[in-house]
Amino acid sequence: MSLVAAKGRRTHVASADVAATLSVRDVTVAYSNGVVALRDASFDLGPGTICGLVGVNGSGKSTLFKAIMGFVDPRHGEVRIASLPAAEALKRGYVVYVPQSEEVDWNFPVLVEDVVMMGRYGHMNFLRIPSVEDKRKVDEALERLDMSGYRHCQIGELSGGQKKRVFLARALAQEGRIILLDEPFTGVDVKTEVAIVDLLRQLRENGHLMLVSTHNLGSVPDFCDHVVLLNRVVLAAGPTARTFTQKNLERAFGGVLRHFRLEGGELHADEDRRRVTVLSDDERPVVFYGDERGDEEPLRRKNHEDES
Amino acid sequence: MSELLVPFAYEYMLKAMFVSALVGAVCAFLSAYLMLKGWSLMGDALGHAVVPGVVAAYLMKVPYAAGAFFAGLLAAIGMAVVKQHTRLREDAIIGLVFTSFFAAGLLMASINPTAVNIQTIALGNILGISDEDVWQVVIIAGVSMIILILKWRDLMVVFFNESHARTVGLNPWALKILFFTLLAACTVAALQTVGACLVIAMVVTPGATAYLLTDRFGRLLVLSVAIGVTTGFVGAYISYFVDGATGGVIVTLQTLLFLAAFFLAPKHGRLAARRRAAAPSEPAL
Ligand SMILES: Nc1ncnc2c1ncn2[C@@H]1O[C@H](COP(=O)(O)OP(=O)(O)OP(=O)(O)O)[C@@H](O)[C@H]1O
Ligand SMILES: [Mg+2]
Repeated sequence: MSLVAAKGRRTHVASADVAATLSVRDVTVAYSNGVVALRDASFDLGPGTICGLVGVNGSGKSTLFKAIMGFVDPRHGEVRIASLPAAEALKRGYVVYVPQSEEVDWNFPVLVEDVVMMGRYGHMNFLRIPSVEDKRKVDEALERLDMSGYRHCQIGELSGGQKKRVFLARALAQEGRIILLDEPFTGVDVKTEVAIVDLLRQLRENGHLMLVSTHNLGSVPDFCDHVVLLNRVVLAAGPTARTFTQKNLERAFGGVLRHFRLEGGELHADEDRRRVTVLSDDERPVVFYGDERGDEEPLRRKNHEDES
Repeated sequence: MSELLVPFAYEYMLKAMFVSALVGAVCAFLSAYLMLKGWSLMGDALGHAVVPGVVAAYLMKVPYAAGAFFAGLLAAIGMAVVKQHTRLREDAIIGLVFTSFFAAGLLMASINPTAVNIQTIALGNILGISDEDVWQVVIIAGVSMIILILKWRDLMVVFFNESHARTVGLNPWALKILFFTLLAACTVAALQTVGACLVIAMVVTPGATAYLLTDRFGRLLVLSVAIGVTTGFVGAYISYFVDGATGGVIVTLQTLLFLAAFFLAPKHGRLAARRRAAAPSEPAL
């Protein structure tokens, strides 16, 4: 009995006022085949942050997530979450992680709502019997990701994007303070992407910390207030305005990016000397106006900040 | 009429029916998990893997059951460890581990000739079961059943999505050890009493049958256990009349149920599929 009570109390702490911080210190990860996927990565993030994680394929983004989650053992370095060692924070249910691709058996006999309910397990007593509250959170999460109509489908019967949405709904229902999303936008339609971004903004208001990897360079300045640029090492980390610059992006992507510049006559016939630079990782491009000064701020789509 | 009640008049028949039902229940519970992970042949494997334990127990003069249990547990955990650290498939791992254990057992038995007849270790005899064995099975199966009922959701999350299990504060490795301990204990207890053939079928067929009938894991467990209990009890009962091996009758019943589900299951059965194909305008859900 007291065990149940203690567990109940413990998880309450998780959803209440823990300062959502993430500190990655000198993390180096080498895989068993000798590939050093991450070298001396360090950065710090605080509560109320959406941090974009950007880099080419194979730059170590997923590896960084796995290192934070303790799924791969760093050769050296340390990850601290909410001022605790990562393992302890995980045990307390502070962290939510949606991997790039779920390694689950899609034939497993669970329905969509069962999967989302699994997000609530950390909040339940040791018999894991869902409360009214748990059911409400599951309904809410399904609603937010527009999956309510599929709640009684077996998970293998969904499309790729729908599967992704189920696991995002589970992450939402889990209510962790630190949310790690590995490429949440790949394979989902634009409407869902907008819904996810809205959701992230709302969570930021509530003091959550989110680390989101993406290849949609164009949407990074829209919703990320911090950026970490990665290519086996952390090339740059900090507030978007200072970090997500043309110069840094060119360092991160080198020749990989589509890069074209439009100026003068190609745009208009008058004397306006300004020019447009488009950098694209083949998804949404990032657009810079003006000369190549390197410290130029990227263009945002208009005033999302004002909405929130 | 009274003819049909005859088996209930014999104590040995009552024991056989009761023990078969209980073993059927707990094995069916375990089968639901094993089937989903590709571990279905684990029961067969453990039946062979206990041999070195039995020989060692004989040499050390400790109860066979203890030796069998430890060898079984070691084999089961060995398979889990190999699975964790390699990319080998489950069937290869099962084959690899249990043949090594079996070979070790044969080697030990040939170097130190024992009074144990390997052939008979794994062949139980439910109709001649001693009271002591009945209690052993009842306790093991009962305790396992209670633990499984308390922990089935945690085990489900671990088996479905191990990395997620960790983020909700579960300890997947501890839960897996728990599961394989129960599995080893139940297979060994059941081997001694109901025989190898029955155990193997019991940790495969009920789960597989239930899987055809539902898309929810909770219901799958209930159906699976219901199948295990019913076939165990009824099978033992029928074996009185046909004067045949109890294990054979039980497994035959389970197979019949499987075939029924295969053809008649409302969503995943053959007839339902045909009906849907005949009326294509009807949405599949
Ligand atoms: N399990 C593994 N074993 C060995 N090497 C690996 C493994 N996983 C990843 N790597 C290597 O580590 C490097 C980083 O991989 P990672 O998955 O972190 O890249 P990523 O930035 O997530 O790429 P993407 O944008 O394609 O998702 C790659 O060079 C890859 O080959
Ligand atoms: Mg990746």
